Amino acid sequence: MSKIMGLTGDGAIAYAVKQSSVDVVAAYPITPQTLIVEEFSEFVHNGEVHTEFVCVESEHSAMSACVGASLTGARVFTATASQGLALMHEIMYIASSLRCPIVMGVVNRALSAPINIHCDHSDMMGSRDCGWIQIYGENAQEAYDWVVQAFKIAEDPSVLLPVTMNIDGFILSHSLEGVEVLDDEDVKRFVTTRKPVLRVDPDKPITVGALCLTDYYFETKRQQFEALEETTKVIDRVNKEYKILTGRRYGFVDSYGLEDAEAAILCLGSTAGTAKTVAGELRSQGKKVGVIKPWVYRPFPREEIMKALGGLKALAVLDRSCSFGAPYGALCSDVVGMLYQNGKELNVFNVIYGLGGRDMTPFDIEAIFNEALEVAETGLVKEPLKFIGVRE
Amino acid sequence: MLSEEDKPGWKTIPIAGILLEPGSAMKYKTGDWRAFRPIIDQDKCINCLLCWIYCPDAAITRLEKFVDVDYDYCKGCGICANECPVKAITMVEEKR
Repeated sequence: MSKIMGLTGDGAIAYAVKQSSVDVVAAYPITPQTLIVEEFSEFVHNGEVHTEFVCVESEHSAMSACVGASLTGARVFTATASQGLALMHEIMYIASSLRCPIVMGVVNRALSAPINIHCDHSDMMGSRDCGWIQIYGENAQEAYDWVVQAFKIAEDPSVLLPVTMNIDGFILSHSLEGVEVLDDEDVKRFVTTRKPVLRVDPDKPITVGALCLTDYYFETKRQQFEALEETTKVIDRVNKEYKILTGRRYGFVDSYGLEDAEAAILCLGSTAGTAKTVAGELRSQGKKVGVIKPWVYRPFPREEIMKALGGLKALAVLDRSCSFGAPYGALCSDVVGMLYQNGKELNVFNVIYGLGGRDMTPFDIEAIFNEALEVAETGLVKEPLKFIGVRE
Repeated sequence: MLSEEDKPGWKTIPIAGILLEPGSAMKYKTGDWRAFRPIIDQDKCINCLLCWIYCPDAAITRLEKFVDVDYDYCKGCGICANECPVKAITMVEEKR
Protein backbone atom coordinates (compact mmCIF):
# COMPACT_ATOMS: atom_id res chain seq x y z
CA MET A 1 0.00 0.00 0.00
CA SER A 2 1.19 3.47 -0.78
CA LYS A 3 -0.15 6.92 0.05
CA ILE A 4 0.12 10.44 -1.33
CA MET A 5 1.89 12.99 0.84
CA GLY A 6 2.50 16.68 0.28
CA LEU A 7 6.27 16.92 0.21
CA THR A 8 8.91 19.34 -1.00
CA GLY A 9 11.83 17.94 -2.99
CA ASP A 10 13.98 18.15 0.12
CA GLY A 11 11.16 16.64 2.21
CA ALA A 12 10.80 13.76 -0.24
CA ILE A 13 14.51 12.96 0.11
CA ALA A 14 14.37 13.21 3.93
CA TYR A 15 11.32 10.91 3.98
CA ALA A 16 12.97 8.33 1.73
CA VAL A 17 16.04 8.36 3.99
CA LYS A 18 13.80 7.96 7.05
CA GLN A 19 12.23 4.84 5.54
CA SER A 20 15.55 3.35 4.39
CA SER A 21 16.84 2.42 7.89
CA VAL A 22 19.97 4.55 7.67
CA ASP A 23 22.59 3.94 10.39
CA VAL A 24 24.56 7.18 10.17
CA VAL A 25 23.81 10.66 8.86
CA ALA A 26 26.61 13.22 9.08
CA ALA A 27 25.57 16.49 7.51
CA TYR A 28 25.95 20.23 7.65
CA PRO A 29 23.06 22.46 6.65
CA ILE A 30 23.40 24.72 3.61
CA THR A 31 20.73 26.47 1.51
CA PRO A 32 18.81 25.02 -0.34
CA GLN A 33 19.55 21.60 1.14
CA THR A 34 18.70 22.77 4.68
CA LEU A 35 15.21 21.24 4.75
CA ILE A 36 16.66 17.75 4.32
CA VAL A 37 18.88 18.11 7.39
CA GLU A 38 16.19 19.92 9.40
CA GLU A 39 13.47 17.39 8.66
CA PHE A 40 15.75 14.43 9.22
CA SER A 41 17.01 15.78 12.56
CA GLU A 42 13.36 16.07 13.58
CA PHE A 43 12.87 12.35 12.83
CA VAL A 44 15.90 11.64 15.02
CA HIS A 45 14.64 13.90 17.83
CA ASN A 46 11.20 12.31 17.76
CA GLY A 47 12.66 8.82 17.93
CA GLU A 48 11.15 7.89 14.55
CA VAL A 49 14.52 6.59 13.36
CA HIS A 50 17.46 4.95 15.10
CA THR A 51 20.07 6.84 13.12
CA GLU A 52 23.31 8.17 14.61
CA PHE A 53 23.09 11.83 13.60
CA VAL A 54 26.51 13.48 13.60
CA CYS A 55 26.46 17.28 13.78
CA VAL A 56 29.73 18.19 12.10
CA GLU A 57 31.46 21.55 11.78
CA SER A 58 31.81 21.57 7.97
CA GLU A 59 31.02 19.61 4.83
CA HIS A 60 34.62 18.42 4.70
CA SER A 61 34.04 16.81 8.09
CA ALA A 62 30.60 15.56 7.03
CA MET A 63 32.00 13.63 4.08
CA SER A 64 34.97 12.40 6.15
CA ALA A 65 32.60 11.08 8.83
CA CYS A 66 30.52 9.40 6.12
CA VAL A 67 33.61 7.65 4.71
CA GLY A 68 34.56 6.38 8.17
CA ALA A 69 31.03 5.20 8.91
CA SER A 70 30.65 3.53 5.53
CA LEU A 71 33.93 1.65 6.01
CA THR A 72 32.55 0.07 9.18
CA GLY A 73 29.70 -1.38 7.14
CA ALA A 74 27.02 1.16 8.10
CA ARG A 75 24.31 2.52 5.80
CA VAL A 76 25.18 6.20 5.37
CA PHE A 77 23.49 9.33 4.06
CA THR A 78 24.45 12.98 3.78
CA ALA A 79 23.30 15.99 1.81
CA THR A 80 24.78 19.24 0.62
CA ALA A 81 24.77 21.95 -2.05
CA SER A 82 27.02 24.43 -3.81
CA GLN A 83 29.94 25.61 -1.64
CA GLY A 84 29.35 22.65 0.65
CA LEU A 85 29.83 20.23 -2.23
CA ALA A 86 32.93 22.14 -3.31
CA LEU A 87 34.33 21.75 0.22
CA MET A 88 33.60 18.01 0.09
CA HIS A 89 35.33 17.63 -3.27
CA GLU A 90 38.57 16.24 -1.83
CA ILE A 91 36.83 13.60 0.29
CA MET A 92 34.37 12.70 -2.47
CA TYR A 93 37.28 11.20 -4.42
CA ILE A 94 38.33 9.28 -1.31
CA ALA A 95 34.77 7.98 -0.80
CA SER A 96 34.57 6.52 -4.29
CA SER A 97 38.20 5.35 -4.36
CA LEU A 98 37.78 3.48 -1.06
CA ARG A 99 34.57 2.01 -2.51
CA CYS A 100 32.31 3.47 0.20
CA PRO A 101 28.60 3.21 -0.52
CA ILE A 102 27.13 6.53 0.62
CA VAL A 103 23.97 8.21 -0.64
CA MET A 104 24.11 11.99 -0.85
CA GLY A 105 21.34 14.43 -1.70
CA VAL A 106 22.78 17.27 -3.74
CA VAL A 107 20.44 20.22 -4.05
CA ASN A 108 22.00 21.94 -7.03
CA ARG A 109 22.94 25.57 -6.47
CA ALA A 110 25.26 28.05 -8.15
CA LEU A 111 28.83 28.48 -6.96
CA SER A 112 30.27 31.76 -5.68
CA ALA A 113 31.27 34.44 -6.65
CA PRO A 114 29.08 36.45 -6.71
CA ILE A 115 27.29 34.61 -3.94
CA ASN A 116 23.98 33.16 -5.10
CA ILE A 117 21.66 30.63 -3.51
CA HIS A 118 19.63 29.61 -6.57
CA CYS A 119 19.75 26.70 -8.94
CA ASP A 120 22.32 25.73 -11.47
CA HIS A 121 24.41 22.61 -11.93
CA SER A 122 27.87 24.17 -11.49
CA ASP A 123 28.32 22.47 -8.13
CA MET A 124 27.85 18.86 -9.29
CA MET A 125 29.48 19.43 -12.68
CA GLY A 126 32.57 20.66 -10.85
CA SER A 127 32.80 17.26 -9.15
CA ARG A 128 31.56 15.17 -12.06
CA ASP A 129 34.82 13.22 -12.39
CA CYS A 130 34.83 12.17 -8.73
CA GLY A 131 33.83 8.56 -9.46
CA TRP A 132 30.33 8.73 -7.97
CA ILE A 133 27.14 7.49 -9.58
CA GLN A 134 25.22 10.70 -10.38
CA ILE A 135 21.45 10.83 -10.76
CA TYR A 136 19.31 13.87 -11.63
CA GLY A 137 15.61 14.03 -10.74
CA GLU A 138 12.90 15.98 -12.54
CA ASN A 139 10.54 16.33 -9.56
CA ALA A 140 10.04 15.38 -5.91
CA GLN A 141 8.55 12.00 -6.84
CA GLU A 142 11.68 11.07 -8.76
CA ALA A 143 13.85 12.26 -5.88
CA TYR A 144 11.97 9.99 -3.45
CA ASP A 145 11.99 7.01 -5.80
CA TRP A 146 15.67 7.29 -6.69
CA VAL A 147 16.86 7.71 -3.09
CA VAL A 148 15.15 4.45 -2.10
CA GLN A 149 16.78 2.75 -5.09
CA ALA A 150 20.12 4.49 -4.50
CA PHE A 151 20.85 2.64 -1.23
CA LYS A 152 20.25 -0.69 -2.94
CA ILE A 153 22.43 0.27 -5.90
CA ALA A 154 25.29 1.75 -3.86
CA GLU A 155 25.53 -1.15 -1.41
CA ASP A 156 25.33 -3.96 -3.94
CA PRO A 157 28.51 -6.07 -3.49
CA SER A 158 29.38 -5.59 -7.16
CA VAL A 159 28.94 -1.79 -6.96
CA LEU A 160 30.19 -0.43 -3.61
CA LEU A 161 30.20 3.13 -4.87
CA PRO A 162 28.61 6.32 -3.59
CA VAL A 163 25.62 7.96 -5.27
CA THR A 164 24.53 11.59 -5.57
CA MET A 165 20.83 12.32 -5.97
CA ASN A 166 20.63 15.73 -7.61
CA ILE A 167 17.58 17.96 -7.45
CA ASP A 168 17.29 21.55 -8.64
CA GLY A 169 17.65 24.03 -5.80
CA PHE A 170 14.40 25.83 -4.84
CA ILE A 171 12.68 24.79 -8.10
CA LEU A 172 12.34 21.30 -6.62
CA SER A 173 13.80 21.54 -3.13
CA HIS A 174 11.21 24.01 -1.84
CA SER A 175 8.21 23.27 -4.07
CA LEU A 176 5.43 21.23 -2.56
CA GLU A 177 4.18 18.29 -4.63
CA GLY A 178 1.98 15.30 -4.17
CA VAL A 179 4.42 12.42 -3.74
CA GLU A 180 3.37 8.79 -3.70
CA VAL A 181 5.29 7.17 -0.87
CA LEU A 182 5.56 3.50 -0.04
CA ASP A 183 4.75 1.85 3.27
CA ASP A 184 7.65 1.76 5.72
CA GLU A 185 7.61 -2.03 5.63
CA ASP A 186 7.75 -2.16 1.82
CA VAL A 187 10.79 0.12 1.75
CA LYS A 188 12.43 -1.92 4.49
CA ARG A 189 11.92 -5.12 2.54
CA PHE A 190 13.13 -3.48 -0.68
CA VAL A 191 16.35 -1.95 0.65
CA THR A 192 17.02 -4.79 3.16
CA THR A 193 20.09 -4.27 5.37
CA ARG A 194 23.59 -3.63 4.16
CA LYS A 195 25.80 -6.69 3.92
CA PRO A 196 29.35 -5.33 3.75
CA VAL A 197 31.94 -7.29 1.78
CA LEU A 198 35.02 -5.83 3.41
CA ARG A 199 34.84 -3.64 6.46
CA VAL A 200 36.99 -2.16 9.16
CA ASP A 201 36.82 -4.78 11.89
CA PRO A 202 39.28 -5.09 14.83
CA ASP A 203 38.88 -8.88 14.82
CA LYS A 204 39.83 -9.15 11.16
CA PRO A 205 42.21 -6.30 10.45
CA ILE A 206 42.70 -4.84 7.00
CA THR A 207 44.57 -1.71 5.92
CA VAL A 208 42.53 0.97 4.15
CA GLY A 209 44.08 4.03 2.54
CA ALA A 210 47.66 2.78 2.43
CA LEU A 211 50.33 4.51 0.36
CA CYS A 212 50.22 3.33 -3.23
CA LEU A 213 52.82 4.77 -5.58
CA THR A 214 53.92 4.17 -9.15
CA ASP A 215 53.73 0.40 -8.79
CA TYR A 216 49.99 -0.04 -8.03
CA TYR A 217 48.14 3.32 -8.13
CA PHE A 218 47.36 3.11 -11.87
CA GLU A 219 45.91 -0.39 -11.42
CA THR A 220 43.58 0.79 -8.64
CA LYS A 221 42.30 3.63 -10.86
CA ARG A 222 41.83 1.34 -13.86
CA GLN A 223 39.83 -0.99 -11.62
CA GLN A 224 37.76 1.95 -10.33
CA PHE A 225 36.98 3.08 -13.88
CA GLU A 226 35.62 -0.36 -14.65
CA ALA A 227 33.69 -0.49 -11.37
CA LEU A 228 31.66 2.59 -12.31
CA GLU A 229 30.99 1.23 -15.81
CA GLU A 230 29.84 -2.08 -14.32
CA THR A 231 27.21 -0.41 -12.12
CA THR A 232 24.85 -0.23 -15.12
CA LYS A 233 23.85 -3.87 -14.64
CA VAL A 234 22.83 -3.29 -11.02
CA ILE A 235 21.09 0.03 -11.75
CA ASP A 236 19.05 -1.75 -14.43
CA ARG A 237 18.17 -4.64 -12.10
CA VAL A 238 17.16 -2.34 -9.22
CA ASN A 239 15.02 -0.24 -11.61
CA LYS A 240 13.19 -3.39 -12.67
CA GLU A 241 12.65 -4.53 -9.07
CA TYR A 242 11.36 -1.07 -8.18
CA LYS A 243 8.90 -1.15 -11.07
CA ILE A 244 7.47 -4.42 -9.76
CA LEU A 245 7.03 -2.79 -6.34
CA THR A 246 5.64 0.59 -7.45
CA GLY A 247 4.64 0.37 -11.08
CA ARG A 248 6.93 3.31 -11.76
CA ARG A 249 9.44 2.78 -14.54
CA TYR A 250 12.94 4.15 -14.12
CA GLY A 251 15.99 3.68 -16.29
CA PHE A 252 19.07 5.51 -17.51
CA VAL A 253 17.17 7.80 -19.83
CA ASP A 254 13.64 9.19 -19.93
CA SER A 255 12.40 10.24 -23.34
CA TYR A 256 9.35 11.94 -24.79
CA GLY A 257 8.16 12.05 -28.39
CA LEU A 258 11.29 10.36 -29.71
CA GLU A 259 9.36 7.81 -31.75
CA ASP A 260 9.03 10.30 -34.62
CA ALA A 261 10.91 13.43 -33.49
CA GLU A 262 13.21 15.21 -35.90
CA ALA A 263 14.48 17.75 -33.36
CA ALA A 264 14.94 17.27 -29.63
CA ILE A 265 16.18 18.87 -26.44
CA LEU A 266 18.48 16.90 -24.14
CA CYS A 267 18.68 18.24 -20.59
CA LEU A 268 18.92 17.27 -16.92
CA GLY A 269 16.55 17.79 -14.00
CA SER A 270 13.45 19.92 -13.70
CA THR A 271 13.94 21.68 -17.06
CA ALA A 272 12.95 18.41 -18.73
CA GLY A 273 9.46 18.81 -17.25
CA THR A 274 9.01 22.23 -18.86
CA ALA A 275 10.51 20.92 -22.10
CA LYS A 276 8.04 18.01 -22.20
CA THR A 277 5.09 20.38 -21.71
CA VAL A 278 6.27 22.67 -24.50
CA ALA A 279 7.05 19.68 -26.72
CA GLY A 280 3.49 18.42 -26.17
CA GLU A 281 2.03 21.74 -27.33
CA LEU A 282 4.31 21.90 -30.36
CA ARG A 283 3.55 18.30 -31.26
CA SER A 284 -0.18 19.09 -31.21
CA GLN A 285 0.67 21.70 -33.87
CA GLY A 286 2.30 18.96 -35.92
CA LYS A 287 5.92 19.84 -35.06
CA LYS A 288 8.02 16.73 -34.62
CA VAL A 289 9.93 17.50 -31.42
CA GLY A 290 10.97 15.45 -28.43
CA VAL A 291 12.87 15.47 -25.13
CA ILE A 292 15.69 13.27 -23.83
CA LYS A 293 16.36 13.39 -20.10
CA PRO A 294 19.22 11.31 -18.73
CA TRP A 295 18.31 10.22 -15.22
CA VAL A 296 21.78 8.79 -14.77
CA TYR A 297 24.58 11.20 -15.68
CA ARG A 298 27.47 9.06 -14.41
CA PRO A 299 28.13 6.46 -15.65
CA PHE A 300 27.17 8.34 -18.82
CA PRO A 301 24.47 6.16 -20.44
CA ARG A 302 25.94 6.12 -23.94
CA GLU A 303 24.09 3.08 -25.19
CA GLU A 304 20.68 4.26 -23.95
CA ILE A 305 21.08 7.81 -25.27
CA MET A 306 22.26 6.49 -28.66
CA LYS A 307 19.13 4.32 -28.77
CA ALA A 308 16.88 7.24 -27.77
CA LEU A 309 18.23 9.45 -30.58
CA GLY A 310 16.27 7.42 -33.14
CA GLY A 311 15.79 9.35 -36.38
CA LEU A 312 16.71 12.78 -34.98
CA LYS A 313 18.14 15.35 -37.37
CA ALA A 314 19.00 17.99 -34.78
CA LEU A 315 19.68 18.02 -31.06
CA ALA A 316 19.89 20.94 -28.62
CA VAL A 317 21.84 20.05 -25.49
CA LEU A 318 21.03 22.27 -22.50
CA ASP A 319 23.70 22.88 -19.90
CA ARG A 320 22.84 24.59 -16.62
CA SER A 321 26.52 25.25 -15.93
CA CYS A 322 29.39 26.84 -17.74
CA SER A 323 32.69 25.08 -18.48
CA PHE A 324 34.88 28.13 -18.80
CA GLY A 325 37.25 27.84 -21.74
CA ALA A 326 35.79 24.55 -23.01
CA PRO A 327 34.21 24.14 -26.47
CA TYR A 328 30.88 23.10 -24.88
CA GLY A 329 29.21 22.78 -21.50
CA ALA A 330 29.88 19.54 -19.59
CA LEU A 331 26.77 17.66 -20.72
CA CYS A 332 27.17 18.66 -24.36
CA SER A 333 30.85 17.64 -24.35
CA ASP A 334 29.75 14.20 -23.23
CA VAL A 335 27.04 14.01 -25.88
CA VAL A 336 29.33 15.13 -28.70
CA GLY A 337 32.06 12.74 -27.55
CA MET A 338 29.53 9.90 -27.48
CA LEU A 339 28.26 10.72 -30.99
CA TYR A 340 31.79 10.84 -32.40
CA GLN A 341 32.71 7.60 -30.62
CA ASN A 342 29.70 5.91 -32.24
CA GLY A 343 30.32 7.40 -35.68
CA LYS A 344 26.93 9.12 -35.60
CA GLU A 345 26.55 12.34 -37.54
CA LEU A 346 24.01 14.59 -35.89
CA ASN A 347 23.73 18.37 -35.85
CA VAL A 348 24.15 19.45 -32.24
CA PHE A 349 24.11 22.84 -30.62
CA ASN A 350 24.67 23.69 -27.00
CA VAL A 351 22.61 26.12 -24.95
CA ILE A 352 23.93 27.47 -21.65
CA TYR A 353 20.95 28.55 -19.55
CA GLY A 354 19.62 29.27 -16.10
CA LEU A 355 22.81 30.20 -14.27
CA GLY A 356 22.21 31.39 -10.71
CA GLY A 357 18.54 30.44 -10.87
CA ARG A 358 17.62 32.48 -13.97
CA ASP A 359 14.22 31.16 -15.09
CA MET A 360 14.02 28.89 -18.09
CA THR A 361 10.59 29.85 -19.44
CA PRO A 362 8.38 27.86 -21.82
CA PHE A 363 9.00 30.67 -24.36
CA ASP A 364 12.77 30.09 -24.15
CA ILE A 365 12.21 26.36 -24.67
CA GLU A 366 9.90 27.00 -27.61
CA ALA A 367 12.56 29.19 -29.22
CA ILE A 368 15.14 26.41 -28.76
CA PHE A 369 12.79 23.83 -30.31
CA ASN A 370 12.15 26.15 -33.27
CA GLU A 371 15.86 26.67 -33.74
CA ALA A 372 16.44 22.93 -33.55
CA LEU A 373 13.71 22.37 -36.15
CA GLU A 374 15.42 24.91 -38.40
CA VAL A 375 18.74 23.11 -37.96
CA ALA A 376 16.97 19.82 -38.78
CA GLU A 377 15.62 21.35 -41.98
CA THR A 378 18.70 23.21 -43.19
CA GLY A 379 21.37 20.92 -41.76
CA LEU A 380 23.27 24.00 -40.65
CA VAL A 381 24.27 24.88 -37.09
CA LYS A 382 24.71 28.64 -36.94
CA GLU A 383 25.82 28.86 -33.32
CA PRO A 384 27.33 25.71 -31.79
CA LEU A 385 27.35 27.28 -28.32
CA LYS A 386 24.91 29.93 -27.24
CA PHE A 387 23.63 31.54 -24.07
CA ILE A 388 19.91 31.94 -23.59
CA GLY A 389 18.05 34.14 -21.07
CA VAL A 390 20.98 36.48 -20.43
CA ARG A 391 20.92 40.24 -21.13
CA GLU A 392 23.37 41.47 -23.75
CA MET B 1 60.12 -7.68 -4.66
CA LEU B 2 58.11 -8.90 -7.63
CA SER B 3 59.28 -7.91 -11.08
CA GLU B 4 56.99 -5.63 -13.13
CA GLU B 5 55.60 -8.54 -15.19
CA ASP B 6 54.87 -10.63 -12.11
CA LYS B 7 52.89 -7.96 -10.27
CA PRO B 8 49.14 -8.54 -10.33
CA GLY B 9 47.01 -6.40 -12.66
CA TRP B 10 43.85 -4.39 -12.02
CA LYS B 11 41.62 -7.41 -12.51
CA THR B 12 43.13 -9.35 -9.61
CA ILE B 13 44.21 -6.79 -7.00
CA PRO B 14 41.86 -6.28 -4.03
CA ILE B 15 39.38 -3.40 -4.42
CA ALA B 16 40.18 0.15 -3.30
CA GLY B 17 43.89 -0.52 -2.70
CA ILE B 18 42.94 -2.39 0.49
CA LEU B 19 45.60 -4.56 2.10
CA LEU B 20 43.99 -7.76 3.28
CA GLU B 21 46.73 -8.96 5.61
CA PRO B 22 47.92 -6.87 8.56
CA GLY B 23 51.55 -6.00 9.25
CA SER B 24 52.59 -5.82 5.62
CA ALA B 25 54.66 -2.67 6.26
CA MET B 26 57.32 -5.07 7.58
CA LYS B 27 57.81 -6.27 4.02
CA TYR B 28 58.69 -2.80 2.84
CA LYS B 29 62.34 -2.45 3.73
CA THR B 30 62.81 1.28 3.88
CA GLY B 31 66.51 1.11 4.82
CA ASP B 32 67.54 1.78 1.25
CA TRP B 33 66.33 5.36 1.58
CA ARG B 34 69.38 5.97 3.83
CA ALA B 35 72.11 8.42 2.80
CA PHE B 36 73.98 8.25 6.12
CA ARG B 37 74.46 5.09 8.18
CA PRO B 38 74.64 5.24 11.99
CA ILE B 39 77.58 3.27 13.34
CA ILE B 40 77.46 2.45 17.05
CA ASP B 41 80.67 2.16 18.97
CA GLN B 42 79.52 -0.55 21.33
CA ASP B 43 82.48 0.02 23.69
CA LYS B 44 81.26 3.57 24.29
CA CYS B 45 77.55 2.65 24.52
CA ILE B 46 76.22 2.94 28.10
CA ASN B 47 72.88 1.31 27.18
CA CYS B 48 70.90 4.38 28.30
CA LEU B 49 68.34 3.67 25.52
CA LEU B 50 67.84 7.34 24.61
CA CYS B 51 68.40 6.39 20.94
CA TRP B 52 65.82 3.60 21.30
CA ILE B 53 63.30 6.13 22.67
CA TYR B 54 64.01 8.84 20.11
CA CYS B 55 64.18 6.68 16.96
CA PRO B 56 61.12 7.78 14.89
CA ASP B 57 60.99 4.33 13.30
CA ALA B 58 61.66 1.22 15.39
CA ALA B 59 65.14 0.73 14.00
CA ILE B 60 67.10 0.52 17.26
CA THR B 61 67.29 -3.02 18.61
CA ARG B 62 67.89 -3.62 22.31
CA LEU B 63 70.55 -6.15 23.13
CA GLU B 64 71.63 -7.17 26.61
CA LYS B 65 74.47 -4.67 27.19
CA PHE B 66 74.19 -2.27 24.29
CA VAL B 67 72.01 -1.39 21.31
CA ASP B 68 72.21 -2.20 17.62
CA VAL B 69 70.70 -0.75 14.43
CA ASP B 70 68.19 -2.57 12.25
CA TYR B 71 69.54 -1.45 8.88
CA ASP B 72 66.55 -2.95 7.02
CA TYR B 73 64.41 -0.06 8.29
CA CYS B 74 66.83 2.67 9.51
CA LYS B 75 66.40 5.65 7.16
CA GLY B 76 69.51 7.39 8.46
CA CYS B 77 67.86 10.47 9.97
CA GLY B 78 70.65 10.85 12.54
CA ILE B 79 68.44 11.61 15.53
CA CYS B 80 70.07 8.78 17.49
CA ALA B 81 73.53 10.23 16.91
CA ASN B 82 72.30 13.67 17.94
CA GLU B 83 70.75 12.38 21.17
CA CYS B 84 73.50 9.99 22.26
CA PRO B 85 74.96 11.51 25.47
CA VAL B 86 78.34 9.71 25.09
CA LYS B 87 78.77 10.30 21.32
CA ALA B 88 78.84 6.57 20.65
CA ILE B 89 77.02 6.94 17.32
CA THR B 90 78.61 8.41 14.22
CA MET B 91 76.87 8.97 10.87
CA VAL B 92 78.89 7.63 7.95
CA GLU B 93 77.99 8.30 4.33
CA GLU B 94 76.50 5.29 2.55
CA LYS B 95 78.59 4.01 -0.34
CA ARG B 96 76.51 2.08 -2.86
